[in-house]
Amino acid sequence: MGRTLAEKVWDDHVVRRAEGEPDLLFIDLHLLHEVTSPQAFDGLRQNGRRVRRLDLTIATEDHNTPTLDIDKPIADPVSRAQLETLRKNCAEFGVRLHPLGDVEQGVVHVVGPQLGLTQPGMTVVCGDSHTSTHGAFGGLAFGIGTSQVEHVLATQTLPLVRPKTMAITVNGELPDGVTAKDLILAIIAKIGTGGGQGYVLEYRGEAIEKLSMEARMTICNMSIEAGARAGMIAPDETTFAYLEGRPHAPKGEDWDAAVAYWKTLKTDEDAEFDAEVVIEAAELSPFVTWGTNPGQGAPLSASVPDPASYEDASERLAAEKALEYMGLEAGQSLRSINVDTVFVGSCTNGRIEDLRAAAEIVKGRKVADGVRMLVVPGSARVGLQAVSEGLDVVFKEAGAEWRHAGCSMCLGMNPDQLAPGERSASTSNRNFEGRQGKGGRTHLVSPQVAAATAVLGHLASPADLSDAATRTPAGV
Amino acid sequence: MEAFTKHTGRAVPLRRSNVDTDQIIPAHWLKKVTRDGFEDGLFEAWRKDESFVLNRPEREGATVLVAGPDFGTGSSREHAVWALQNYGFKAVISSRFADIFRGNSLKNGLLTVVLEQKVVDVLWELVERDPQAEITVDLENREVRAEGISAPFELDENSRWRLLNGLDDISITLRSEDDIAAYEAKRPSYKPRTLQA
Repeated sequence: MGRTLAEKVWDDHVVRRAEGEPDLLFIDLHLLHEVTSPQAFDGLRQNGRRVRRLDLTIATEDHNTPTLDIDKPIADPVSRAQLETLRKNCAEFGVRLHPLGDVEQGVVHVVGPQLGLTQPGMTVVCGDSHTSTHGAFGGLAFGIGTSQVEHVLATQTLPLVRPKTMAITVNGELPDGVTAKDLILAIIAKIGTGGGQGYVLEYRGEAIEKLSMEARMTICNMSIEAGARAGMIAPDETTFAYLEGRPHAPKGEDWDAAVAYWKTLKTDEDAEFDAEVVIEAAELSPFVTWGTNPGQGAPLSASVPDPASYEDASERLAAEKALEYMGLEAGQSLRSINVDTVFVGSCTNGRIEDLRAAAEIVKGRKVADGVRMLVVPGSARVGLQAVSEGLDVVFKEAGAEWRHAGCSMCLGMNPDQLAPGERSASTSNRNFEGRQGKGGRTHLVSPQVAAATAVLGHLASPADLSDAATRTPAGV
Repeated sequence: MEAFTKHTGRAVPLRRSNVDTDQIIPAHWLKKVTRDGFEDGLFEAWRKDESFVLNRPEREGATVLVAGPDFGTGSSREHAVWALQNYGFKAVISSRFADIFRGNSLKNGLLTVVLEQKVVDVLWELVERDPQAEITVDLENREVRAEGISAPFELDENSRWRLLNGLDDISITLRSEDDIAAYEAKRPSYKPRTLQA
């Protein structure tokens, strides 16, 4: 019988296999950041261990970093101490680090692909659950805890039990105005936050094949929100074109050998998945969340659901608690929800294509009165690219704040946070209670919906913007 | 890692599903660079509410958390496991755990036990009716016991063996040094390196 993509990549990394034991898998790339690594380096020190493969390890600073005044000392002493700890650890053990202020600094999942370090058929790990992003290149990429970070540092391997496989087949073409973010939010709403537990997801079908690499990363990024540690997409010409010429992409004969191997990385026709979900792309429309987990979402054209409509008791209770926390009424139209803040950025939607999409919508328009819009590039390089295209000017002229690269408002860890009770439309990945700041209320949206929402002040799609009313003619 | 064989203690019923790791330990606590001192951050937002179950005087000293389905979703932060352990929890029972959280818990000796929701319901009713009721989580016999309840649970033999003996994963893996070196020797040259050779 044939094998799935996930099984092929898995099999190619087995260092040791024995009956009754997890497989020992080799790890091709280990990404580090300041938050989940300090205790792992401590563990190495305590046991007199070294980093086994410095040449497969790279670190950057993202979660804890400010996005303003990055040339000044970090104000919060605890944050500063954590960043200094990463710098000391990287210096002591010899790990390549791109610190705040470096041109290659940025959100770890934006940095890996843009350097060309993330390639098809690789195993990629990081102490961050959104490592699933890298699966967009057709590798097996997943988040790990700090004990496993230490394990990979010391051994470049991980003992793992082989996951099951699930196909997410998206037939047809996405309608105009429907993005990768809308698609993945709809998938999570369909299978639930636990639907992917124990599985590696493979996204496939016509709609997936037509997506750009940036859009594929958005999809794979949120696999974890459906409970799956990893999501992947078979590599194709789009993947190869994205990689060619990047700093760490293979060159010359190595490139040819690599592409020949990469072309074998697709699920065989006679392979069987343990589960399959089918989505019809034509049925989709802009999608947003109304609740406090990423599975609590609905089309923007819908209303806030009535908790009483849930048959399952725990889902009903979860919906009740979510509406209470979010300050919403059952039956209220989603478009009637006013926001205080709009956040464009994160490892989900902080790449150049995302910024271009948002800029296109706010260009010549103004962010609504009383709304704060933050635009945060996913990496310093994305920021530079955006500036070279004049996107920063577009955002600033619209009244948005243009910031430096980092995780920013995706998580309440650095200075960019919601105040209690504040409501955001956010292109990030989690709408958990307090995720963006204590008491903050989050609606997950695409960059396009975020931009339209910023202009109108309530959840909206670009189609809701009438040019006459909202766009100032060029040059005025 | 501390070994886990059997534990008996009073319980905290947490009637919530999808308890994500941001609820277990909010991000601002993650600035710490140690594995301890997270107890005050455990369920920090919910603990501001006096009526939250963890704040009830009768739950003081409880060591078994009985939670709703999909416990530990979201962020991979191992700090969530440390926070539960720092607070005093030895075991967590739920009908479903998120994969990364489960893996992290077993690496730290916090036993996460999967029981069917109907058994969780019975445990909730028992410990709500009688806060002094004790729950025994017996890893040797793979069984949870409480008044009127005896429920077997599954855990793969390898994880069980590591937990019962408190074994360090890294030491075990390093015994496979020859296999790792042999694998490394045959890796193709086109695989990327972060440092120039």
